[in-house]
Amino acid sequence: MITDENIIVVENLVKKFGNFTANDNLSFEVKRSEIFGFLGANGAGKTTAIKILCGLSFPTSGKVSVAGFDVYKKRNEIRKNIGYMSQGFSLYEDLTVKENIEFYAGIYGLRRSEIKDRFEDLVQKLGIEELKNKLVSDLPLGWKQKIAFSVAIFHKPQIVFLDEPTSGVDPITRRQFWDLIYEAVESGITVFITTHYLDEAEYCNRVCIMAEGRIDAIGTPDELKKKYYSLNMDEVFVKIARGN
Amino acid sequence: MAEIEIHNLCKSYGSVKALDDLCMTVEKNGFYGLIGPDGAGKTTLMRIITSLLVPDSGSLSVGGLDPVRDYKKLRLKLGYMPGKFSLYPDLSVEENLRFFAGVFGTTIKENYHLIKNIYQHIEPFKNRRAGKLSGGMKQKLALSCALIHKPEILILDEPTTGVDAVSRREFWDMLNEIRNYGITILVSTPYMEEAVICDNISLLFAGKVVESGTPDEIVSRYSAKVYSIKTNNIPVTLKTLRNLSGIKSVNSFGQNIHLVFSDETHSEMDISEFLKKYDVLDAEISIIKAGIEDCFIDYILRSTNQ
Repeated sequence: MITDENIIVVENLVKKFGNFTANDNLSFEVKRSEIFGFLGANGAGKTTAIKILCGLSFPTSGKVSVAGFDVYKKRNEIRKNIGYMSQGFSLYEDLTVKENIEFYAGIYGLRRSEIKDRFEDLVQKLGIEELKNKLVSDLPLGWKQKIAFSVAIFHKPQIVFLDEPTSGVDPITRRQFWDLIYEAVESGITVFITTHYLDEAEYCNRVCIMAEGRIDAIGTPDELKKKYYSLNMDEVFVKIARGN
Repeated sequence: MAEIEIHNLCKSYGSVKALDDLCMTVEKNGFYGLIGPDGAGKTTLMRIITSLLVPDSGSLSVGGLDPVRDYKKLRLKLGYMPGKFSLYPDLSVEENLRFFAGVFGTTIKENYHLIKNIYQHIEPFKNRRAGKLSGGMKQKLALSCALIHKPEILILDEPTTGVDAVSRREFWDMLNEIRNYGITILVSTPYMEEAVICDNISLLFAGKVVESGTPDEIVSRYSAKVYSIKTNNIPVTLKTLRNLSGIKSVNSFGQNIHLVFSDETHSEMDISEFLKKYDVLDAEISIIKAGIEDCFIDYILRSTNQ
Protein backbone atom coordinates (compact mmCIF):
# COMPACT_ATOMS: atom_id res chain seq x y z
CA MET A 1 0.00 0.00 0.00
CA ILE A 2 1.20 3.48 -0.82
CA THR A 3 1.74 5.49 2.33
CA ASP A 4 1.75 9.23 2.96
CA GLU A 5 5.35 9.14 3.97
CA ASN A 6 7.74 10.82 1.55
CA ILE A 7 10.70 8.59 0.82
CA ILE A 8 12.27 10.86 -1.78
CA VAL A 9 12.05 14.64 -1.45
CA VAL A 10 13.45 16.89 -4.17
CA GLU A 11 13.23 20.67 -3.78
CA ASN A 12 14.49 23.09 -6.41
CA LEU A 13 17.11 20.68 -7.70
CA VAL A 14 19.47 22.28 -10.19
CA LYS A 15 22.35 20.51 -11.93
CA LYS A 16 24.57 22.32 -14.39
CA PHE A 17 27.39 21.08 -16.56
CA GLY A 18 29.24 24.25 -17.58
CA ASN A 19 26.64 26.43 -19.29
CA PHE A 20 24.25 23.56 -19.79
CA THR A 21 21.43 23.10 -17.28
CA ALA A 22 20.60 19.40 -17.21
CA ASN A 23 18.14 19.66 -14.29
CA ASP A 24 16.36 22.98 -14.07
CA ASN A 25 14.69 23.51 -10.71
CA LEU A 26 13.03 20.14 -10.17
CA SER A 27 10.70 19.64 -7.22
CA PHE A 28 8.80 16.43 -6.49
CA GLU A 29 8.23 13.78 -3.85
CA VAL A 30 7.94 10.04 -4.03
CA LYS A 31 5.82 8.18 -1.46
CA ARG A 32 6.89 5.02 0.28
CA SER A 33 5.77 1.88 -1.66
CA GLU A 34 4.85 3.85 -4.71
CA ILE A 35 5.70 2.88 -8.30
CA PHE A 36 7.01 6.15 -9.66
CA GLY A 37 7.51 6.37 -13.43
CA PHE A 38 10.17 8.81 -14.59
CA LEU A 39 9.65 9.49 -18.29
CA GLY A 40 10.91 11.89 -20.88
CA ALA A 41 12.61 12.24 -24.23
CA ASN A 42 16.27 11.33 -24.64
CA GLY A 43 18.37 14.13 -23.24
CA ALA A 44 15.59 15.46 -21.00
CA GLY A 45 17.73 15.06 -17.88
CA LYS A 46 16.45 11.78 -16.46
CA THR A 47 19.82 10.08 -16.05
CA THR A 48 21.34 13.16 -14.43
CA ALA A 49 18.56 13.23 -11.83
CA ILE A 50 18.81 9.49 -11.15
CA LYS A 51 22.57 9.75 -10.58
CA ILE A 52 21.96 12.46 -8.00
CA LEU A 53 19.23 10.44 -6.28
CA CYS A 54 21.56 7.42 -6.11
CA GLY A 55 24.31 9.49 -4.54
CA LEU A 56 26.62 9.26 -7.54
CA SER A 57 26.66 12.95 -8.39
CA PHE A 58 26.17 16.16 -6.38
CA PRO A 59 23.48 18.68 -7.25
CA THR A 60 24.60 22.20 -8.17
CA SER A 61 21.93 23.46 -5.80
CA GLY A 62 18.67 22.44 -4.20
CA LYS A 63 17.59 20.08 -1.46
CA VAL A 64 17.43 16.34 -2.07
CA SER A 65 16.79 13.61 0.45
CA VAL A 66 16.52 9.90 -0.27
CA ALA A 67 15.27 7.40 2.31
CA GLY A 68 15.62 10.17 4.86
CA PHE A 69 19.24 10.94 4.04
CA ASP A 70 20.68 14.13 2.60
CA VAL A 71 22.46 13.60 -0.75
CA TYR A 72 25.19 16.09 0.14
CA LYS A 73 26.20 14.56 3.46
CA LYS A 74 24.94 10.99 3.68
CA ARG A 75 25.81 9.36 0.39
CA ASN A 76 27.00 6.11 1.94
CA GLU A 77 23.77 5.71 3.89
CA ILE A 78 21.79 6.34 0.73
CA ARG A 79 23.68 3.66 -1.16
CA LYS A 80 23.01 1.11 1.59
CA ASN A 81 19.30 1.84 1.38
CA ILE A 82 18.79 1.69 -2.36
CA GLY A 83 19.05 -0.89 -5.11
CA TYR A 84 19.86 -0.12 -8.75
CA MET A 85 19.43 -1.97 -11.97
CA SER A 86 19.68 -0.96 -15.61
CA GLN A 87 19.86 -2.77 -18.88
CA GLY A 88 23.51 -1.89 -19.26
CA PHE A 89 24.72 -2.76 -15.78
CA SER A 90 23.34 -5.77 -14.06
CA LEU A 91 25.22 -9.01 -13.45
CA TYR A 92 28.73 -10.35 -13.88
CA GLU A 93 28.59 -12.60 -16.93
CA ASP A 94 31.44 -14.88 -15.86
CA LEU A 95 30.07 -15.58 -12.40
CA THR A 96 27.23 -17.99 -11.73
CA VAL A 97 23.84 -16.77 -10.52
CA LYS A 98 24.73 -17.90 -7.00
CA GLU A 99 28.14 -16.22 -7.09
CA ASN A 100 26.62 -12.97 -8.30
CA ILE A 101 24.18 -12.97 -5.42
CA GLU A 102 26.82 -13.85 -2.85
CA PHE A 103 29.02 -11.10 -4.22
CA TYR A 104 26.35 -8.38 -4.08
CA ALA A 105 24.95 -9.53 -0.77
CA GLY A 106 28.49 -9.58 0.64
CA ILE A 107 29.06 -6.00 -0.47
CA TYR A 108 25.92 -4.96 1.36
CA GLY A 109 27.21 -6.70 4.47
CA LEU A 110 24.63 -9.45 4.73
CA ARG A 111 25.57 -12.34 7.02
CA ARG A 112 26.33 -15.69 5.43
CA SER A 113 23.34 -17.39 7.03
CA GLU A 114 21.09 -14.57 5.85
CA ILE A 115 22.41 -14.89 2.32
CA LYS A 116 21.82 -18.63 2.35
CA ASP A 117 18.22 -18.35 3.56
CA ARG A 118 17.27 -15.55 1.21
CA PHE A 119 18.94 -17.28 -1.72
CA GLU A 120 16.97 -20.47 -1.09
CA ASP A 121 13.75 -18.44 -0.96
CA LEU A 122 14.65 -16.76 -4.22
CA VAL A 123 15.45 -20.03 -6.00
CA GLN A 124 12.06 -21.33 -4.87
CA LYS A 125 10.18 -18.22 -5.87
CA LEU A 126 11.70 -17.90 -9.34
CA GLY A 127 11.96 -21.64 -9.94
CA ILE A 128 15.62 -21.43 -10.90
CA GLU A 129 16.95 -24.59 -9.28
CA GLU A 130 18.48 -25.64 -12.60
CA LEU A 131 19.91 -22.21 -13.37
CA LYS A 132 21.44 -21.25 -10.05
CA ASN A 133 24.86 -22.75 -10.72
CA LYS A 134 25.06 -21.68 -14.35
CA LEU A 135 27.21 -18.83 -15.57
CA VAL A 136 25.16 -15.72 -16.21
CA SER A 137 26.53 -15.63 -19.77
CA ASP A 138 24.77 -18.97 -20.42
CA LEU A 139 21.36 -17.78 -19.22
CA PRO A 140 18.49 -16.98 -21.56
CA LEU A 141 18.16 -13.20 -21.83
CA GLY A 142 14.81 -12.99 -20.15
CA TRP A 143 16.17 -14.66 -17.05
CA LYS A 144 19.11 -12.30 -16.84
CA GLN A 145 16.81 -9.33 -16.36
CA LYS A 146 14.59 -11.07 -13.83
CA ILE A 147 17.57 -12.28 -11.83
CA ALA A 148 19.27 -8.87 -12.07
CA PHE A 149 16.16 -7.34 -10.52
CA SER A 150 16.14 -9.93 -7.74
CA VAL A 151 19.79 -9.15 -7.06
CA ALA A 152 19.07 -5.41 -6.93
CA ILE A 153 16.51 -5.95 -4.14
CA PHE A 154 18.28 -8.84 -2.40
CA HIS A 155 19.49 -6.63 0.45
CA LYS A 156 15.91 -5.38 0.96
CA PRO A 157 16.52 -1.76 0.06
CA GLN A 158 13.89 0.89 0.76
CA ILE A 159 13.97 2.06 -2.85
CA VAL A 160 14.96 0.40 -6.07
CA PHE A 161 15.93 2.45 -9.14
CA LEU A 162 15.22 0.72 -12.45
CA ASP A 163 16.66 2.41 -15.54
CA GLU A 164 14.96 0.98 -18.66
CA PRO A 165 14.92 -2.50 -17.15
CA THR A 166 12.71 -4.02 -19.84
CA SER A 167 14.38 -2.61 -22.94
CA GLY A 168 14.50 -5.23 -25.70
CA VAL A 169 12.97 -7.95 -23.52
CA ASP A 170 10.38 -10.29 -25.07
CA PRO A 171 6.70 -9.50 -24.40
CA ILE A 172 6.13 -12.36 -21.95
CA THR A 173 9.24 -11.68 -19.89
CA ARG A 174 8.41 -7.99 -19.87
CA ARG A 175 5.13 -8.80 -18.13
CA GLN A 176 6.74 -11.28 -15.75
CA PHE A 177 9.16 -8.53 -14.85
CA TRP A 178 6.22 -6.33 -13.85
CA ASP A 179 4.86 -9.14 -11.67
CA LEU A 180 8.18 -9.00 -9.82
CA ILE A 181 7.83 -5.24 -9.46
CA TYR A 182 4.34 -5.57 -7.96
CA GLU A 183 5.64 -8.18 -5.54
CA ALA A 184 8.51 -5.93 -4.46
CA VAL A 185 6.05 -3.12 -3.86
CA GLU A 186 3.85 -5.38 -1.74
CA SER A 187 6.86 -6.10 0.43
CA GLY A 188 7.22 -2.35 1.01
CA ILE A 189 9.89 -1.41 -1.54
CA THR A 190 9.48 1.85 -3.45
CA VAL A 191 10.06 1.58 -7.20
CA PHE A 192 11.52 4.40 -9.27
CA ILE A 193 11.47 3.37 -12.93
CA THR A 194 12.27 4.75 -16.38
CA THR A 195 10.93 3.14 -19.53
CA HIS A 196 10.32 3.85 -23.20
CA TYR A 197 7.37 1.44 -23.29
CA LEU A 198 4.40 3.68 -22.69
CA ASP A 199 2.09 0.80 -21.82
CA GLU A 200 4.31 0.45 -18.76
CA ALA A 201 3.63 4.05 -17.81
CA GLU A 202 0.04 2.93 -17.17
CA TYR A 203 1.25 0.52 -14.48
CA CYS A 204 2.86 3.28 -12.42
CA ASN A 205 1.03 4.88 -9.50
CA ARG A 206 2.33 8.25 -10.57
CA VAL A 207 4.27 9.42 -13.57
CA CYS A 208 6.61 12.36 -13.99
CA ILE A 209 7.36 13.54 -17.53
CA MET A 210 10.56 15.52 -18.07
CA ALA A 211 11.40 17.75 -21.01
CA GLU A 212 14.49 19.90 -21.45
CA GLY A 213 15.57 19.56 -17.86
CA ARG A 214 12.20 20.49 -16.38
CA ILE A 215 9.17 18.60 -15.14
CA ASP A 216 6.41 19.12 -17.67
CA ALA A 217 3.76 17.01 -16.01
CA ILE A 218 3.35 14.93 -12.90
CA GLY A 219 0.39 12.94 -11.62
CA THR A 220 -1.40 9.62 -11.75
CA PRO A 221 -1.89 8.19 -15.25
CA ASP A 222 -5.61 8.99 -14.90
CA GLU A 223 -5.00 12.60 -13.91
CA LEU A 224 -2.63 13.11 -16.83
CA LYS A 225 -4.97 11.52 -19.34
CA LYS A 226 -7.77 13.84 -18.19
CA LYS A 227 -5.56 16.90 -18.16
CA TYR A 228 -4.27 16.30 -21.69
CA TYR A 229 -7.58 14.98 -23.08
CA SER A 230 -5.89 11.71 -24.00
CA LEU A 231 -7.05 8.11 -24.20
CA ASN A 232 -3.76 6.65 -23.02
CA MET A 233 -0.30 7.57 -21.79
CA ASP A 234 1.12 7.29 -25.28
CA GLU A 235 -1.05 10.22 -26.36
CA VAL A 236 -0.17 12.18 -23.22
CA PHE A 237 3.50 11.70 -23.96
CA VAL A 238 3.18 12.77 -27.59
CA LYS A 239 1.17 15.87 -26.66
CA ILE A 240 3.68 16.95 -24.04
CA ALA A 241 6.69 16.30 -26.25
CA ARG A 242 5.18 18.29 -29.11
CA GLY A 243 4.30 21.11 -26.73
CA ASN A 244 0.50 21.16 -26.80
CA MET B 1 11.25 -9.04 -57.86
CA ALA B 2 13.10 -10.16 -54.78
CA GLU B 3 15.95 -7.96 -53.55
CA ILE B 4 16.83 -10.19 -50.61
CA GLU B 5 16.15 -13.90 -50.79
CA ILE B 6 17.05 -16.28 -47.99
CA HIS B 7 16.57 -20.02 -47.84
CA ASN B 8 17.20 -22.36 -44.90
CA LEU B 9 19.78 -20.12 -43.31
CA CYS B 10 21.53 -21.53 -40.23
CA LYS B 11 24.12 -19.96 -37.96
CA SER B 12 25.29 -21.23 -34.58
CA TYR B 13 27.62 -19.84 -31.97
CA GLY B 14 28.89 -22.90 -30.14
CA SER B 15 25.79 -24.71 -28.95
CA VAL B 16 23.50 -21.71 -29.45
CA LYS B 17 21.46 -21.72 -32.64
CA ALA B 18 21.25 -18.04 -33.53
CA LEU B 19 19.48 -18.71 -36.82
CA ASP B 20 17.56 -21.91 -37.26
CA ASP B 21 16.55 -22.76 -40.84
CA LEU B 22 15.40 -19.24 -41.58
CA CYS B 23 13.63 -18.31 -44.82
CA MET B 24 12.66 -14.80 -45.88
CA THR B 25 12.05 -12.70 -49.00
CA VAL B 26 12.24 -8.93 -49.27
CA GLU B 27 10.84 -7.42 -52.46
CA LYS B 28 12.63 -4.67 -54.38
CA ASN B 29 11.73 -1.27 -52.93
CA GLY B 30 10.07 -3.10 -50.04
CA PHE B 31 9.84 -1.71 -46.54
CA TYR B 32 10.45 -4.76 -44.41
CA GLY B 33 10.38 -4.98 -40.63
CA LEU B 34 12.01 -7.66 -38.48
CA ILE B 35 10.32 -7.75 -35.10
CA GLY B 36 11.73 -9.67 -32.20
CA PRO B 37 13.17 -9.38 -28.70
CA ASP B 38 16.87 -9.43 -27.84
CA GLY B 39 18.41 -12.76 -28.76
CA ALA B 40 15.90 -13.57 -31.50
CA GLY B 41 18.62 -13.51 -34.17
CA LYS B 42 17.96 -10.11 -35.78
CA THR B 43 21.53 -8.84 -35.61
CA THR B 44 23.04 -12.14 -36.79
CA LEU B 45 20.70 -12.14 -39.76
CA MET B 46 21.59 -8.56 -40.68
CA ARG B 47 25.31 -9.24 -40.37
CA ILE B 48 25.00 -12.19 -42.72
CA ILE B 49 22.97 -10.15 -45.21
CA THR B 50 25.58 -7.36 -45.09
CA SER B 51 28.44 -9.88 -45.65
CA LEU B 52 29.92 -9.27 -42.19
CA LEU B 53 29.28 -12.84 -41.05
CA VAL B 54 29.40 -16.09 -42.98
CA PRO B 55 26.44 -18.45 -42.47
CA ASP B 56 26.93 -22.13 -41.51
CA SER B 57 24.51 -23.30 -44.19
CA GLY B 58 21.65 -22.19 -46.40
CA SER B 59 21.56 -19.93 -49.39
CA LEU B 60 21.00 -16.24 -49.82
CA SER B 61 21.05 -13.62 -52.48
CA VAL B 62 21.17 -9.88 -51.78
CA GLY B 63 20.74 -7.42 -54.63
CA GLY B 64 21.31 -10.37 -56.99
CA LEU B 65 24.67 -11.14 -55.34
CA ASP B 66 25.99 -13.79 -52.99
CA PRO B 67 27.19 -12.02 -49.81
CA VAL B 68 29.88 -14.66 -49.21
CA ARG B 69 31.42 -14.66 -52.70
CA ASP B 70 30.58 -11.19 -54.04
CA TYR B 71 30.97 -9.24 -50.83
CA LYS B 72 33.02 -6.45 -52.39
CA LYS B 73 30.42 -5.67 -55.05
CA LEU B 74 27.61 -6.09 -52.58
CA ARG B 75 28.98 -3.64 -50.04
CA LEU B 76 28.79 -0.84 -52.63
CA LYS B 77 25.05 -1.39 -52.87
CA LEU B 78 24.40 -1.45 -49.14
CA GLY B 79 23.79 1.17 -46.51
CA TYR B 80 24.09 -0.23 -42.99
CA MET B 81 23.24 1.38 -39.69
CA PRO B 82 24.45 -0.94 -36.92
CA GLY B 83 22.71 -1.15 -33.57
CA LYS B 84 25.61 0.44 -31.76
CA PHE B 85 26.78 3.93 -32.72
CA SER B 86 29.77 3.21 -34.95
CA LEU B 87 30.85 6.53 -36.43
CA TYR B 88 34.11 8.28 -35.57
CA PRO B 89 33.50 10.10 -32.29
CA ASP B 90 36.44 12.46 -32.71
CA LEU B 91 35.53 13.56 -36.22
CA SER B 92 32.98 16.32 -36.59
CA VAL B 93 29.49 15.72 -37.93
CA GLU B 94 30.46 17.01 -41.35
CA GLU B 95 33.79 15.15 -41.41
CA ASN B 96 32.04 11.85 -40.72
CA LEU B 97 29.60 12.46 -43.52
CA ARG B 98 32.34 13.53 -45.93
CA PHE B 99 34.38 10.47 -45.00
CA PHE B 100 31.55 8.06 -45.79
CA ALA B 101 30.77 9.86 -49.05
CA GLY B 102 34.46 9.73 -49.99
CA VAL B 103 34.88 6.02 -49.24
CA PHE B 104 32.08 5.29 -51.68
CA GLY B 105 33.46 7.66 -54.31
CA THR B 106 30.78 10.30 -54.08
CA THR B 107 30.30 13.72 -52.48
CA ILE B 108 27.86 15.21 -50.00
CA LYS B 109 26.66 17.58 -52.70
CA GLU B 110 25.85 14.86 -55.19
CA ASN B 111 23.40 13.05 -52.92
CA TYR B 112 22.39 15.83 -50.55
CA HIS B 113 18.76 15.56 -51.70
CA LEU B 114 18.61 12.07 -50.18
CA ILE B 115 19.58 13.14 -46.70
CA LYS B 116 18.28 16.71 -46.68
CA ASN B 117 15.22 16.10 -44.47
CA ILE B 118 17.29 14.21 -41.91
CA TYR B 119 20.57 16.08 -42.06
CA GLN B 120 19.10 19.57 -41.77
CA HIS B 121 18.22 18.81 -38.13
CA ILE B 122 21.90 18.36 -37.29
CA GLU B 123 23.46 20.69 -39.85
CA PRO B 124 23.57 23.60 -37.36
CA PHE B 125 25.97 21.41 -35.34
CA LYS B 126 28.08 20.25 -38.28
CA ASN B 127 31.33 21.31 -36.60
CA ARG B 128 30.57 19.46 -33.38
CA ARG B 129 32.39 16.18 -32.73
CA ALA B 130 30.12 13.20 -33.35
CA GLY B 131 30.93 11.80 -29.90
CA LYS B 132 29.45 14.93 -28.29
CA LEU B 133 26.03 14.63 -29.95
CA SER B 134 22.86 13.64 -28.10
CA GLY B 135 21.39 10.20 -28.77
CA GLY B 136 18.79 11.49 -31.19
CA MET B 137 21.35 13.51 -33.14
CA LYS B 138 23.76 10.56 -33.35
CA GLN B 139 20.96 8.52 -34.80
CA LYS B 140 20.26 11.12 -37.50
CA LEU B 141 23.95 11.37 -38.38
CA ALA B 142 24.29 7.59 -38.58
CA LEU B 143 21.31 7.45 -40.92
CA SER B 144 22.75 10.25 -43.06
CA CYS B 145 26.10 8.42 -43.31
CA ALA B 146 24.36 5.17 -44.27
CA LEU B 147 22.46 6.97 -47.05
CA ILE B 148 25.02 9.36 -48.50
CA HIS B 149 26.25 6.96 -51.21
CA LYS B 150 22.68 6.31 -52.39
CA PRO B 151 22.55 2.62 -51.47
CA GLU B 152 20.11 0.29 -53.21
CA ILE B 153 19.40 -1.48 -49.94
CA LEU B 154 19.32 0.16 -46.51
CA ILE B 155 19.71 -2.08 -43.47
CA LEU B 156 19.03 -0.72 -40.01
CA ASP B 157 19.64 -2.72 -36.85
CA GLU B 158 17.32 -1.55 -34.06
CA PRO B 159 17.58 2.14 -34.89
CA THR B 160 14.90 3.05 -32.33
CA THR B 161 15.96 1.00 -29.31
CA GLY B 162 16.33 3.16 -26.24
CA VAL B 163 14.77 6.08 -28.09
CA ASP B 164 11.73 7.83 -26.63
CA ALA B 165 8.30 7.19 -28.12
CA VAL B 166 7.99 10.51 -29.95
CA SER B 167 11.44 10.38 -31.57
CA ARG B 168 10.74 6.76 -32.51
CA ARG B 169 7.69 7.79 -34.45
CA GLU B 170 9.57 10.56 -36.23
CA PHE B 171 12.28 8.11 -37.20
CA TRP B 172 9.78 5.71 -38.78
CA ASP B 173 8.29 8.60 -40.75
CA MET B 174 11.77 9.47 -42.02
CA LEU B 175 12.27 5.89 -43.19
CA ASN B 176 8.96 5.97 -44.98
CA GLU B 177 10.15 9.01 -46.92
CA ILE B 178 13.45 7.36 -47.88
CA ARG B 179 11.41 4.73 -49.63
CA ASN B 180 10.36 7.25 -52.24
CA TYR B 181 13.88 7.11 -53.66
CA GLY B 182 13.44 3.49 -54.66
CA ILE B 183 15.59 2.18 -51.81
CA THR B 184 14.77 -1.21 -50.29
CA ILE B 185 14.61 -1.00 -46.51
CA LEU B 186 15.13 -3.77 -43.95
CA VAL B 187 14.77 -2.60 -40.36
CA SER B 188 14.62 -4.42 -37.03
CA THR B 189 12.94 -3.47 -33.76
CA PRO B 190 12.03 -4.99 -30.40
CA TYR B 191 8.99 -2.66 -30.10
CA MET B 192 6.17 -4.86 -31.33
CA GLU B 193 3.64 -2.32 -32.52
CA GLU B 194 5.80 0.28 -34.23
CA ALA B 195 6.69 -1.75 -37.32
CA VAL B 196 3.09 -1.82 -38.56
CA ILE B 197 4.13 1.06 -40.82
CA CYS B 198 6.18 -1.50 -42.83
CA ASP B 199 4.51 -3.22 -45.75
CA ASN B 200 5.84 -6.61 -44.73
CA ILE B 201 7.07 -7.91 -41.41
CA SER B 202 8.50 -11.06 -39.94
CA LEU B 203 8.24 -11.97 -36.29
CA LEU B 204 11.51 -13.53 -35.16
CA PHE B 205 11.94 -15.65 -32.06
CA ALA B 206 14.78 -18.02 -31.13
CA GLY B 207 16.32 -17.86 -34.61
CA LYS B 208 13.11 -18.71 -36.44
CA VAL B 209 10.61 -16.73 -38.45
CA VAL B 210 7.46 -17.29 -36.46
CA GLU B 211 5.07 -15.36 -38.66
CA SER B 212 5.41 -13.23 -41.74
CA GLY B 213 3.23 -11.21 -44.07
CA THR B 214 1.67 -7.78 -44.09
CA PRO B 215 0.80 -6.56 -40.58
CA ASP B 216 -2.90 -6.96 -41.47
CA GLU B 217 -2.42 -10.53 -42.67
CA ILE B 218 -0.62 -11.47 -39.48
CA VAL B 219 -3.24 -10.13 -37.13
CA SER B 220 -6.13 -11.48 -39.18
CA ARG B 221 -4.57 -14.97 -39.10
CA TYR B 222 -4.92 -14.80 -35.34
CA SER B 223 -8.31 -16.42 -34.97
CA ALA B 224 -8.97 -16.53 -31.22
CA LYS B 225 -11.21 -13.89 -29.66
CA VAL B 226 -9.30 -11.32 -27.64
CA TYR B 227 -11.26 -9.82 -24.73
CA SER B 228 -10.04 -6.47 -23.56
CA ILE B 229 -10.79 -5.59 -19.95
CA LYS B 230 -10.41 -1.99 -18.93
CA THR B 231 -9.94 -1.36 -15.23
CA ASN B 232 -8.33 1.09 -12.86
CA ASN B 233 -6.61 -1.62 -10.91
CA ILE B 234 -4.50 -3.64 -13.30
CA PRO B 235 -2.41 -5.64 -10.76
CA VAL B 236 -5.35 -6.89 -8.71
CA THR B 237 -7.57 -7.60 -11.71
CA LEU B 238 -4.73 -9.43 -13.44
CA LYS B 239 -4.09 -11.60 -10.39
CA THR B 240 -7.81 -12.35 -10.05
CA LEU B 241 -8.27 -13.27 -13.72
CA ARG B 242 -5.39 -15.73 -13.64
CA ASN B 243 -7.63 -17.96 -11.52
CA LEU B 244 -10.50 -17.94 -14.02
CA SER B 245 -10.97 -21.39 -15.49
CA GLY B 246 -10.55 -22.01 -19.22
CA ILE B 247 -8.12 -19.20 -19.93
CA LYS B 248 -5.28 -19.58 -22.36
CA SER B 249 -3.56 -16.30 -21.59
CA VAL B 250 -4.18 -13.14 -19.64
CA ASN B 251 -1.78 -10.22 -20.02
CA SER B 252 -1.63 -6.54 -19.26
CA PHE B 253 -1.58 -4.12 -22.21
CA GLY B 254 -1.27 -0.67 -20.69
CA GLN B 255 -4.57 0.28 -19.09
CA ASN B 256 -6.26 -2.85 -20.43
CA ILE B 257 -5.93 -6.55 -19.83
CA HIS B 258 -6.15 -8.89 -22.82
CA LEU B 259 -7.67 -12.26 -22.15
CA VAL B 260 -7.89 -15.25 -24.47
CA PHE B 261 -9.84 -18.43 -23.65
CA SER B 262 -8.52 -21.83 -24.62
CA ASP B 263 -11.79 -22.66 -26.43
CA GLU B 264 -14.98 -21.05 -27.69
CA THR B 265 -17.28 -22.32 -24.95
CA HIS B 266 -16.48 -19.31 -22.76
CA SER B 267 -17.77 -15.80 -23.17
CA GLU B 268 -17.80 -12.27 -21.87
CA MET B 269 -20.32 -13.32 -19.21
CA ASP B 270 -17.77 -15.68 -17.65
CA ILE B 271 -15.37 -12.79 -17.20
CA SER B 272 -17.84 -10.27 -15.84
CA GLU B 273 -19.45 -12.68 -13.38
CA PHE B 274 -16.08 -13.88 -12.17
CA LEU B 275 -14.82 -10.34 -11.64
CA LYS B 276 -18.00 -9.35 -9.77
CA LYS B 277 -17.56 -12.32 -7.48
CA TYR B 278 -14.11 -11.05 -6.58
CA ASP B 279 -15.23 -7.43 -6.13
CA VAL B 280 -13.67 -6.00 -9.27
CA LEU B 281 -16.59 -3.77 -10.20
CA ASP B 282 -15.18 -1.21 -12.62
CA ALA B 283 -14.23 -3.58 -15.44
CA GLU B 284 -15.37 -2.70 -18.96
CA ILE B 285 -15.14 -5.73 -21.23
CA SER B 286 -15.05 -5.70 -25.01
CA ILE B 287 -13.88 -7.88 -27.88
CA ILE B 288 -11.03 -6.32 -29.83
CA LYS B 289 -8.90 -7.01 -32.88
CA ALA B 290 -5.59 -8.61 -31.96
CA GLY B 291 -2.39 -6.60 -32.32
CA ILE B 292 1.10 -7.76 -33.29
CA GLU B 293 2.05 -8.15 -29.63
CA ASP B 294 -0.95 -10.45 -29.03
CA CYS B 295 0.23 -12.62 -31.92
CA PHE B 296 3.76 -12.68 -30.59
CA ILE B 297 2.72 -13.64 -27.09
CA ASP B 298 0.51 -16.37 -28.51
CA TYR B 299 3.45 -17.81 -30.41
CA ILE B 300 5.83 -17.76 -27.45
CA LEU B 301 3.22 -19.52 -25.31
CA ARG B 302 2.63 -22.16 -27.96
CA SER B 303 6.32 -22.79 -28.53
CA THR B 304 7.19 -23.05 -24.85
CA ASN B 305 4.28 -25.34 -24.00
CA GLN B 306 5.18 -27.87 -26.65
